[in-house]
Amino acid sequence: MSSGTPTPHHSGFFAKHQILEKNSIYLVIAILIVVAIGGVVQIAPLFYLQSTVEKVEGMRPYTPLEIAGRNIYVREGCYLCHSQMIRSLRDEVERYGHYSLAAESMYDHPFQWGSKRNGPDLARVGLKYTDTWHVAHLKDPRSVVPQSIMPTYAFLASTPLDTRELAQYMKVNQIVGVPYTDEDVAKAEADVKTQVNPDSPDAADFLKRYPKAQIRKFDGETSDITEADAVVAYLQMLGTLVDFNVYDDKANLR
Amino acid sequence: MQAVTTSKSMRGGEVLLLAVLALIALACLYAAAKTIEPAYAFHMGLGVVGGAAGVFAIFQRYSKRPAGNTPLEIDGKPNYNFGPIKFSTIAALFWGVAGMAVGIYIAFELAYPWLNVGPWFNFGRLRPLHTSAVIFAFGGNVLIATSFYVVQRTCRARLAGDLAPWFVVLGYNMFIVLAGTGYLLGITDGKEYAEPEWYVDLWLTIVWVVYLLVYLATIMRRKEPHIYVANWFYLAFIITIAMLHLGNNAAIPISAFSAKSVILWGGVQDAMFQWWYGHNAVGFFLTAGFLGIMYYFVPKRAERPIYSYRLSIVHFWALIFLYIWAGPHHLHYTALPDWVQTLGMTFSVMLWMPSWGGMINGLLTLSGAWDKLRTDPVLRMLVVSVAFYGMSTFEGPTMSIKTVNALSHYTDWTVGHVHSGALGWVAYVSFGALYCLVPWLWNKRELYSLRLVNWHFWIGTIGIVLYITSMWVSGILQGLMWRSYTGQGYLEYSFIETVAAMHPFYVIRALGGVLFIAGYLLMVYNVWMTIRAGEAAAPSVEPSLQPAE
Repeated sequence: MSSGTPTPHHSGFFAKHQILEKNSIYLVIAILIVVAIGGVVQIAPLFYLQSTVEKVEGMRPYTPLEIAGRNIYVREGCYLCHSQMIRSLRDEVERYGHYSLAAESMYDHPFQWGSKRNGPDLARVGLKYTDTWHVAHLKDPRSVVPQSIMPTYAFLASTPLDTRELAQYMKVNQIVGVPYTDEDVAKAEADVKTQVNPDSPDAADFLKRYPKAQIRKFDGETSDITEADAVVAYLQMLGTLVDFNVYDDKANLR
Repeated sequence: MQAVTTSKSMRGGEVLLLAVLALIALACLYAAAKTIEPAYAFHMGLGVVGGAAGVFAIFQRYSKRPAGNTPLEIDGKPNYNFGPIKFSTIAALFWGVAGMAVGIYIAFELAYPWLNVGPWFNFGRLRPLHTSAVIFAFGGNVLIATSFYVVQRTCRARLAGDLAPWFVVLGYNMFIVLAGTGYLLGITDGKEYAEPEWYVDLWLTIVWVVYLLVYLATIMRRKEPHIYVANWFYLAFIITIAMLHLGNNAAIPISAFSAKSVILWGGVQDAMFQWWYGHNAVGFFLTAGFLGIMYYFVPKRAERPIYSYRLSIVHFWALIFLYIWAGPHHLHYTALPDWVQTLGMTFSVMLWMPSWGGMINGLLTLSGAWDKLRTDPVLRMLVVSVAFYGMSTFEGPTMSIKTVNALSHYTDWTVGHVHSGALGWVAYVSFGALYCLVPWLWNKRELYSLRLVNWHFWIGTIGIVLYITSMWVSGILQGLMWRSYTGQGYLEYSFIETVAAMHPFYVIRALGGVLFIAGYLLMVYNVWMTIRAGEAAAPSVEPSLQPAE
């Protein structure tokens, strides 16, 4: 320009474009507008379109023990090899069960749908195997599945579960929209103890607040409540809440 | 201006940064004392050390620097600021070794699971370390280094800010250290490619805002009327990454004394936010940013102007507009509503066009200079990177088609696709740029050895070919095995049979990775020798620029 060389684009659109090339603030604003549009159109409606999350019976927030297990699942990066999202494809439905509904993960912060299956989908792994199998499998996956390539998680069974921040964690979940009651939050640590003790006098109250919750000592040992208890409790509840015998697919076509 | 400045005093920026760093160090000290989480206490300890080191460094610098402000020009020429760029260049080389080594380790873990040493070195904790180290540590440092170089050169102006550029490079690498050590210790928010927790995200936000301000302020100092096209891409990268980072990491910490936070979005909305972020980390971090590199380094090395100015305008706006829509192709056939999936697929297919617009613009810049590919291995690396870009941006739209995705999703095909882009495009264009940049920064005539570059190119390329072909085979094989039925209408394979079938391909893939890092180590050696023993350049003549037109 300064040397006066003729420029080939002094007309129409390309001439107007020079306004952006010569003014950094206009360029920044133009970029922001252009990159914002797609996200706004795709994301914003998901919050208000009623059909986005299906109407189902049976969904409840995780129990304190389950959500502690879920936090360990996240901490260990399990989602990097296991999906929790059964696609609506024939082979997946036959292998894993009914395709996953949006409603089934509506209380998940963060979601754990995953992106890669180095191992199988876990969306409906609950109650497929026994607790003993899970404990053995976590301790040494190849003891029950010889060809498995899963890492060993033996340390879970020997690590006591730290529940000190659980109530606070549930309280923040409450803030972002998970329907925990104040009672649920207040009883977080007590509920952990209740869920591993079938003889607990609080079991009935616990079950009223968390229907279909499974109450037993998950890692089989009688001593401390361990991280293995929490992880197995979480795995054993996955996909067990919605009763697909009464769920109406057609009513929720989107 | 005063005629004589005898008394030396602290600049405003120095005082401000001192105060900020001291405050951060104190806050971290307090949090370290209050928390009950050992890993968080460790991170807060790093914050104390980092803040204190920063305070010390500022005083050191103050005691050594001359009074007054650093001149913007010396003898009518811009007084370019290369210090932070040199740091980022070396950091990129270092993190590259670390990130690729971890990649190879986890590749072998998938073939030989006994390599998992829990809990720190289990696949689930190392995998984010690998992805973050190669994308954000290696790639990020390459982007910061090249963008700070390119913006100065194309604007003929010194980098804006006195301490700010140093704050950006050091702060960014502090972010990397916090993120990486966090993964090993089990601190993660569980969102792929955005795993760091709230306080690390917050720190990155501060660094990123300063990055944008430095970049923009430098552009505003430019002596050229036009903003060169490479800078559009860098700007789009910086701005969009800020938007994505804030959207995808909107979380509430459970307390100031805990690493843990809860993301605002849940379930299907969180999934959509995640892949809006995730795909555009590819689109803007790994594409737009590196296209900025292409638009400066390919014409410079080929000594030819960019093929088409108009094409660069059209493909720039088309690319950044369309990319944002592509995220939902990561969620085909899931519980994400169909209308979003369809939009995602449609825009992903359309994205093929602006992607190839960029490829064509890069490749045809070689017009009249193709013979240089025979003699200049650095240019060859740059050109092959653009060719890989073209290949993976054709493969991507293909895989975004729902019926193809039904097969490819959840398999190694995705991993192969990512690596054809990551190794073939991102890493190669970075290598080419670093091979150019190092002699320029350290004022050397040429690289220590072009023969080593040639070896790097061929060893690396064979590595890439082994990697992506083995992943194509394993991915398509596993996808087909999952959906295979017997004559009686039963699923033919159990899941574990499909895992066992992957073994040979996992071994080949890992060997491909070994070759790739072997080539890379040649580069590290070459750069080291160039800096240490390279022949000094002739007195520099200000290079003539191709303006934006």
